[in-house]
Amino acid sequence: MKLPGIFNKVMGGRAARRPAPKSAGAEAWLASHTFHHSQFADIKSLVAEKDRQRLTISLCLPTLNEEKTIGKEIIMLKSELMERHRLLDELVVIDSGSTDQTREIAASYGARVCLARDILPQYGERHGKGENLWKALYAMRGDIIIYIDADITNIRPHFAYGLVGPLIRMPEVQYVKAFYDRPLTLSKGVRVSGGGRVTEIQVRPLFSLFFPELAAIIQPLSGEYAARRGALERLPFPIGYGVETAHLLDIYHRWGMAAFAQTDLDQRVHRNQTTHALGKMAFGIYQTFFRRWQAHGNVERLPAMETVLRQFQNRDGRYEQVKTAIREEERPPIITLPEYRKAFNRRS
Amino acid sequence: MAGNIQDNAAAGGEAVRDASEQLKQDLGRYQLAARDIRDMYLADLIHFGEIPAPTFAEEPRIKFLAGRFQEQGLAGVSIDAAGNGMGIIPGSDPRRNLLVLTNADTLVRDAKDQTIEARSDKLIGPFVGDNCIALAALTTLPMLLERLGIRLQSNVVLLATTRSLERGNLEGLRHFLANSGLAVEAGLCLESVQLGRLNYHCIGLLRGDIHCRLPANYNWAQYGATGSIVPMSDIINRISQIPLPRRPLTTVIMGMLRGGIAYNNVARETILSFEARSESLEILNQVKQQIADVIAEAGARSGVEVTLDIIAQREPGGLDISHALVRKATAILGALGLQPMLYSTTSQLSAVRDAKIPGLTIGLTTGERAFELDEIDESVNIAPLAAGLAQVVGILKAIDEPGTAQV
Repeated sequence: MKLPGIFNKVMGGRAARRPAPKSAGAEAWLASHTFHHSQFADIKSLVAEKDRQRLTISLCLPTLNEEKTIGKEIIMLKSELMERHRLLDELVVIDSGSTDQTREIAASYGARVCLARDILPQYGERHGKGENLWKALYAMRGDIIIYIDADITNIRPHFAYGLVGPLIRMPEVQYVKAFYDRPLTLSKGVRVSGGGRVTEIQVRPLFSLFFPELAAIIQPLSGEYAARRGALERLPFPIGYGVETAHLLDIYHRWGMAAFAQTDLDQRVHRNQTTHALGKMAFGIYQTFFRRWQAHGNVERLPAMETVLRQFQNRDGRYEQVKTAIREEERPPIITLPEYRKAFNRRS
Repeated sequence: MAGNIQDNAAAGGEAVRDASEQLKQDLGRYQLAARDIRDMYLADLIHFGEIPAPTFAEEPRIKFLAGRFQEQGLAGVSIDAAGNGMGIIPGSDPRRNLLVLTNADTLVRDAKDQTIEARSDKLIGPFVGDNCIALAALTTLPMLLERLGIRLQSNVVLLATTRSLERGNLEGLRHFLANSGLAVEAGLCLESVQLGRLNYHCIGLLRGDIHCRLPANYNWAQYGATGSIVPMSDIINRISQIPLPRRPLTTVIMGMLRGGIAYNNVARETILSFEARSESLEILNQVKQQIADVIAEAGARSGVEVTLDIIAQREPGGLDISHALVRKATAILGALGLQPMLYSTTSQLSAVRDAKIPGLTIGLTTGERAFELDEIDESVNIAPLAAGLAQVVGILKAIDEPGTAQV
């Protein structure tokens, strides 16, 4: 697999590779860099601090046929965070070419609406959410960029201020990821947490195997995150399903775990995806993952794999890692056993 | 002399025209200001609409409302013993109080999805018109008055009431009126739809449940046992045959029928929920007696237990159409280009009237209410919201003029 030139340049190839991942710091990071949106609910003080730092903040809503939800997202975010408070400086809808009323509805509520294909047209047109996110960096002016998916039916202002809060309060943080509560109770006070099917079946096991520290990110694939322009502008953007995974891997290699924070946004209600669609997502994520795996020189030198799967649960309001040792030992082909050969009259 | 009279008449006509023109200009200004804060109005509307608030469980909505009142620095922000939420926009005369109110509870049950969809011209969602817009108007009004630079003589008491619907029977509002200690000059009841309605009179109301239960000694094994549904169907037939006059207008709505658990099980209990309405208390009482007679006879004939549970009863009454409050509100609607729809209501106005406070009920926008058809989704139009809010400001200013509210 040949990497785009920009990838090696940005990530520095093997030279940028971080030391073997350590899991010891994951618990400490989890405790110090995990927040709940209510910790940033004093929007006035956030705005004051933002003004003191002379920061500007842009909100990007990437869309493709989201007419049922886009209007409400704009009303809820713009009214609270641009009109009632001046936390956001701009709100832009980057559309992939919707064939429904998405762009018309967005414009009717005062959003700036851009067609992705009209941004940097000299670089061609690709199809995928990552394309919109990448082009948004050129179309928007903020020092901090917030990305929020446009299919959320229970959108609330805390989706945005909960994500920018850690960036305003913690200078070392470059990238803030959302996670959500999944109200499935296991026993009194204990609930499983985490992401959807692709997260739990693909990404978390992959991270647990090769990057145990990154497994501390509770929902690595959530579509809501905020980051500093200074970080995003140095990252390659897969145009499709791998964009979130790529961001995590690349920021981790470049700046380490201290650059991340994560915020609990309570519940997120959105469309459910079919298993068929999730298969495509997983396929894109594998490409992204192994492309980086190769770039870091690990294909030929596969390191010792971790044998602990790191999952999450919420115990009485606190998130904790649940570590499960899973050692996939293997038996040899049974024909190599003399007893077997004798019993079935097989030659060695 | 004749010339003087003509001059005076001409001068009077000119003064009326000037006042009418001034009113139009003022309302135009209010509408422009309301359009400027449209998105904040809509955001509050969506917030309210998506917070579950079935009758007797309105607390989360009331807390949101109180939070908004506090953010805007209103006086007296509080939640009373009945759960009503209140905030006050102080006037220049602390002795005078105008009450602006709406109900916080909704017919949407807790478990229902209350998601609201925003299209470019309308909002759609479960009971979005009943009464989320009116609640959002309460939280938006302080901002609108501030932007317009309007400070009334009277305190404007903003109130979201609990326990209003069904078995609530306006309990929250009645509690407030009996216990707040505020001397209220006039009440303005807000309903989300329809813009242009002007209710100054309450229709009498009788709301109840008829329970039809199988007795303890019912013979379940008997082939052909009909259970409680067949006797109830007989009751329904007989109630529907009660003669109802068109003048004074009298109606009986049979709104809900519940009973049974399966195709092949005899229903143990069937419940009919009904509402009788009349412009005449005498006729309403006659209808009540006739329903009681139907029930007594049905119980005696079928051998099942039939009981009547009256959960609400309100007397008709209200302002005269010539009352200054009605005339001024009519003029405001006319100045907004709306045809006033004057009719009687069963809303919160009756509790205001019972407290001997002159009051009106008005609507805030247009929309389709499919409530009568048992559909919970409603759509409300966004564009008329500005006129709806402008109307509220106009009426408040009119009531604020000393003497307007006096009966």
